[in-house]
Amino acid sequence: MDTTLDIAAIRADFPILSRTVYDRPLVYFDNAATSQKPRCVVEAIEKVYYNQNANIHRGVHYLSQVATEAHEEARQTVQAFINAAESREIIFTRGTTEAINLVATSFGETFCNEGDEILITGMEHHANIVPWQLLRDRKGIVLKVVPFNERGELDMEAFSQLLSPKTKLVSVAHISNVMGTVNPVAKIIAEAHAYNIPVLVDGAQAVSHMPVDVQALDADFYVFSGHKMYGPNGIGVLYGKEKWLEQLPPYHGGGEMIATVTYEKTTYAELPFKFEAGTPDYVGSVALAEAIRYMQKFGLKAIGDYEHQLLQYATEQLMKIDGMRIFGTAAEKASVISFLVRDIHHFDMGTLLDKLGIAVRTGHHCAMPLMHTLGIEGTIRASFAFYNTKEEIDALVAAVDRVQKMF
Amino acid sequence: MTINETQDQVIEEFSEFSDWMDKYAYLIDLGNSLDPIDEKAKIPQNLIEGCQSRVWLDAAENDGKVVFTAESDAVIVKGIISLLIRVMSGHTPDEILEAELYFIDQIGLKEHLSPTRANGLLSMVKQIKLYALAFKAKS
Repeated sequence: MDTTLDIAAIRADFPILSRTVYDRPLVYFDNAATSQKPRCVVEAIEKVYYNQNANIHRGVHYLSQVATEAHEEARQTVQAFINAAESREIIFTRGTTEAINLVATSFGETFCNEGDEILITGMEHHANIVPWQLLRDRKGIVLKVVPFNERGELDMEAFSQLLSPKTKLVSVAHISNVMGTVNPVAKIIAEAHAYNIPVLVDGAQAVSHMPVDVQALDADFYVFSGHKMYGPNGIGVLYGKEKWLEQLPPYHGGGEMIATVTYEKTTYAELPFKFEAGTPDYVGSVALAEAIRYMQKFGLKAIGDYEHQLLQYATEQLMKIDGMRIFGTAAEKASVISFLVRDIHHFDMGTLLDKLGIAVRTGHHCAMPLMHTLGIEGTIRASFAFYNTKEEIDALVAAVDRVQKMF
Repeated sequence: MTINETQDQVIEEFSEFSDWMDKYAYLIDLGNSLDPIDEKAKIPQNLIEGCQSRVWLDAAENDGKVVFTAESDAVIVKGIISLLIRVMSGHTPDEILEAELYFIDQIGLKEHLSPTRANGLLSMVKQIKLYALAFKAKS
């Protein structure tokens, strides 16, 4: 592999990668579900709890000040990471799912009426389908779906045709969690904006694999999860343009998000606090910022380039296996490979790969409508991170070949 | 043969496999030779939807004994189904209700009946007992 990254040194930063399963070295290829954590991220969590734990924004005491500053610095780190214009445009959520639910609820309640349309694509994760269906049940909106071609690329002509005066929002995955397709979100946004339609980008699969600049994209909302980008579980981000966030009502009510409360009337806090009811995850935010710094040490471009080489190598090697069927062969593709061998069931293949120490995801990957479109029940999915190696891919390919011969 | 005698026989057979690969190769063989369920029985009421694989289970009473037929879309699951049917099918409702399934654990396949596997097998075992209960109530 042609890279300036010192992969052996990077692997040493992730203690879990040196463990064994069933007495075999762990090969972890389930990164699209969650990534492993470098030592610095786990230590950041420990440091907060051991040295600066106090509830934020409330106390005048020293520790509360320190904790508040750390949380707000983390917000600025996230802001710089995706190049948002203002730190108040960064809302901490529990993850991508909560971020989309927030928009579906607050935006939906404000801007959507019966008969209005929300446009999603045929390759969305359930997290970008179900919140809109809930909105449909509440408000009578219509959910429209952009189809994709046999390579797993969006049908952009269909997209153009599906945009209508009734479209209130376009909500699209930056990268498909099943097929790895990198969707042309800049083009989608530009086209939607021509009709003044805002766009939400689900960046859960993108932010750890490529540089993301929300201003260059001109995204109205951009959402992602900490745990898929080497950060902790339970924290995620909603980026929203200030002009939109200002217009949206709060999602949850409680402490932290208010200005004044009387029984007659409550006024809300300014951005970003309006959307962060209750005690925020000020431990998760600090650890997330650490994960961002960790990735930035290597550079998202270098990370993405190396992962792309892993993807190409894995694709070439897997295709040598007789009966290999890869789902998703888009020209622009991230390091995710979904496959089946002949008609061997994904559960059978996954069970035996597991016994060989290889962690892959099997099933519908929270994208059942996509599976229906492909006419299958599920796939085996190998997804790579920049701590993975060519040798691990060789182990995967050898294991898949060994297992397929058993059927 | 009683349910427990069959269980002991299965345990005995599996004790000959030293290697997990052989065990799974045997399960695949069993799965491939499992009699398919009647197409007419592949109806939604008989479907146990797992997250990872699906199981169809049907039951009929014959001479006071419950006869089970089942199938899955995954071969390894079919192999385990074949063992469950061998152990549980052809017994009276009371025998089935009283049976304690210990062979799965003993042959090292416990993980496949864990709720986290979501392959439909755990629900199948529960459903087998429910069928027995239903036939018992009818008689």
